[in-house]
Amino acid sequence: MHLETLAHGHSLFHHLDPRGKLAVALAYSLVVATGQSAWAAGAGLGLCLAGCLAARLPGREVVRRLAAVNAFTALLWLVLPWQLGLGQGWLGLGLSHHPAGLRLAGMITLKANAIVLGLMLLLATSSVNQVFHALAHWRVSPRLLQVFFFFYRYLHVLHREWHRMHLAARARGFRPRTNLHTYRTYAYLLGGLLVRSHDRAHRVYQAMLCRGFQGTYWLLDHFHWQRRDDWFLIWGGLLVALLLGLELAA
Amino acid sequence: MSLIRMTGIHFAYPGRPPVFAGLDFSLEEGQRVGILGPNGAGKSTLFLLAMGLLQPSAGTVELFGQPMRQESDFAPLRTRLGYCFQDPDDQLFCPTVLEDVAFGPLNQGLDRQQALDQALAALAALDLAGFAERVTYQLSGGEKRLVTLATVLALRPQALLLDEPTTGLDPQTQERLEGVLQESSLPWAVISHDHAFLARVCHQIWRLGEGLLTPLG
Repeated sequence: MHLETLAHGHSLFHHLDPRGKLAVALAYSLVVATGQSAWAAGAGLGLCLAGCLAARLPGREVVRRLAAVNAFTALLWLVLPWQLGLGQGWLGLGLSHHPAGLRLAGMITLKANAIVLGLMLLLATSSVNQVFHALAHWRVSPRLLQVFFFFYRYLHVLHREWHRMHLAARARGFRPRTNLHTYRTYAYLLGGLLVRSHDRAHRVYQAMLCRGFQGTYWLLDHFHWQRRDDWFLIWGGLLVALLLGLELAA
Repeated sequence: MSLIRMTGIHFAYPGRPPVFAGLDFSLEEGQRVGILGPNGAGKSTLFLLAMGLLQPSAGTVELFGQPMRQESDFAPLRTRLGYCFQDPDDQLFCPTVLEDVAFGPLNQGLDRQQALDQALAALAALDLAGFAERVTYQLSGGEKRLVTLATVLALRPQALLLDEPTTGLDPQTQERLEGVLQESSLPWAVISHDHAFLARVCHQIWRLGEGLLTPLG
C-alpha cells in the first residue's frame, strides 16, 4: 500500500516547509468552502491546476484522486437538479428541472474539486508524517497527533496482516461470491484482524513502557524555514486574499 | 549483584494451565545466558515477567538488587535493561528512525541535544548512520531488526534481553547482528531456537520446558 505517490518529486512545492503549506492550505480551503461566488472557486481551481502542472504532479494519479471525489458529486447531480411535483413537468412523471438545484450541484462540484486539487498541491506534496509534524508545530492537540501517528504507522502493518490473511484464504481456494460462506469468511478475517490489532496495541504499549514511556510522545525538529518559505507565505496569502476579494466583489 | 533475580515464580494466563509453578531465574553481571525451548514454553513470558509487564501470582522479582512489587518500582529501572521484542513492528512506533531511537533517551530525561547525540551514536555503532531520517515502516525486515537493537542500545542499558533476535534474518544480516553482539561488553539473556547461534553468543544455555529451566551444558 502506498499513499504518498504525490510526495515524490523535486518541484518547489515539494521542498517548501510543510508548516507554511499547511497555513496557506487552511486559509485557501476556508475561503473556497465558505464562498458563494463561482468566480472565487473557479479562480482557485485554475490557480491550483496551474500549480499542479508547475509541480509536475503525475497526471494519472491526480485524475484518479479527482475521480474518487467526483464519484460523490455525481450522486448530487443525480438528485439535486430535480424536483417532484404532482402532474407536471418532464414526461408527466412529476419530475421537473430545478435551476437552483442545478446551480447548487455545480457549486459543490466546483468547490470540491478546487479544494481537493489545492490539498493535493499543498499537502500531498509532503509525506503524511511531515504534515502531521507540521500540525504539531501549529499546536494541534498532542493527543490527537499521537492518534494520527499511530494510525498511520500501524495502518501499514494492519494492511499487511489483512493482505496476508486474505492470501492464506485464497491459497486454500477461497473465491469471494455472493453467499453465506463468503460473508462468514470475511467476518472471520475481520474478526482476526481486530483481535490481532488489539494484541498488537498491547505489545506496542509494553514496548513503549520498556523504553521509559511516561506519556510524552517526542517529536524532533526536522524543518528548516527558509527565505523561499517567506516568499511562499506572502504569495500564498496574497492569492488567497485575491480570492476573498473576488468573493466580496461578487 | 544480580541484575535480574526471580525466585519461586508462579504464573498462568487466564483460563489456561500454569506456565510457571515455582520458576527460578537469574542473570548475573558479566553473564550471557541463552534460553531454548519449545513454542509456548513461556520464554517470552519469562522476559515479560522480568520487566514487570506481567505480574506473577506468587514469587519475587528483583532488579539490580532491589525488590520489585508494583509498577512504580519497575518504571524507573526498566530502561536499564534493553529489551528487544520478538516482532520489530511492535517496537518501532515513531515516524522516523531517529525519533524512534531517541525516544528512550528522551524518556530518560536527557535534553534534546544529548538524546540526539546518544541516538546517533547508537545508530553509528550499528552502521546505520544513513538511516536516521528513514521512515520506520518502509524498512526491510532485517533493517527493522537492527534498528530495534539501536533503540535499546541508545538507552545505554546494563544488560540486554533479546527475544528471538535472529528470526527471519538472512545469513548476512544475522552475521552483522552477531558481530555487533560480539563487540559489546554487556551481559544478556537471549531467546532463540537456533542452538548454534546461542552457543556462539552465550556462555551458558538453558532449556525451558514444563515450567522449569534446566542447563544444557
